[in-house]
Amino acid sequence: MKPKLLKKSGILSENFRAFYDGMRDGIPIALGYLAVSFSLGIVAKSSGLTAFQGFLASALVNASAGEYAGFTLIAANAPYLEMIIVILIANARYFLMSCAMSQRMNPETRLSHRLLMGNYITDEFFGLAISRPGAINPYYSYGAILVAAPCWAAGTAIGVIAGNLLPLRAVSALNVALYGMFLAIIVPPAHKNKVIAGLILICFASSYAASWLPIVSNLSAGTRTIILTVAISAMAAILFPVKQRKEMDNDL
Amino acid sequence: MTYNTYIYIAIMAGVTYAIRVLPLTLIRKEIKNQFLQSFLYYVPYVTLAVMTFPAILGATQSPISGALALIIGVIIAWFGASLFSVSLCCCAIVLISELLLFPPV
Repeated sequence: MKPKLLKKSGILSENFRAFYDGMRDGIPIALGYLAVSFSLGIVAKSSGLTAFQGFLASALVNASAGEYAGFTLIAANAPYLEMIIVILIANARYFLMSCAMSQRMNPETRLSHRLLMGNYITDEFFGLAISRPGAINPYYSYGAILVAAPCWAAGTAIGVIAGNLLPLRAVSALNVALYGMFLAIIVPPAHKNKVIAGLILICFASSYAASWLPIVSNLSAGTRTIILTVAISAMAAILFPVKQRKEMDNDL
Repeated sequence: MTYNTYIYIAIMAGVTYAIRVLPLTLIRKEIKNQFLQSFLYYVPYVTLAVMTFPAILGATQSPISGALALIIGVIIAWFGASLFSVSLCCCAIVLISELLLFPPV
């Protein structure tokens, strides 16, 4: 019995450690979320939502562009069907992320973990989850979610109530917290893997081009992200197929 | 006809939840197809890179401070700074450079 007990407590402390790490790494997300959700709250207010409705929408939906699109539809009194279609398009990238995440999960991971973690596949929590080597530990994500998700919902409500109180300087600085985090996730693997390094440069260049090229630049940022992600990842998969699962775990 | 805000919110939440949870719950096994496997391996890097640039230049008051945050963020991440320090360092660079660019009156 004894070794089994020891093993059990080993797993417990490992999960506790992951949870703690997640809370620490969730702090930059929380800062960025406060800034972004604050401005989202201003949109919510101008769309006629109350602070509670803004809070509720952010607590349930956890999506910046998706919520923004949703609020403008509420303001326009759009039919429910239109809301369904627009949300599908605005949030389609989460579908891709969820597919990618499914390949990083331990196949034994319980359904309850998948149902809970899935709700928090945002650009940031997804990035964070895949930034750790090996199989995804749900407790790491829960730590980050516990710290950052309430900031997202509360920030929206505060934005509705106190629109323009936060100084522009602070918003500007907090805004880059999320991008800094993305850099910290994609740069270290690029250091080890030349294919990823080249890929990132191609992504930067084509994303920049797509932001001003005719026709493409008229699409929403979310749609451009999907098109570029599918095109560039498919190209990389054809040119540089990854041979072994081990090869992947080392980089990620 | 007027629509109910709470039903709008319920639709937003329901549709988004379905998008996020279906792949994660339905794909329980390792995908064997090499193309799909490689594709999904590259997706996270590509999607995060596409979302970072040029958006970071528009996130700040001046594109210069955004560019500085990008360059210095890449450098310190390259040399192994943690996620937390890269992120806070970017914030600090923007705050400092904008204090210089737009001095408080």
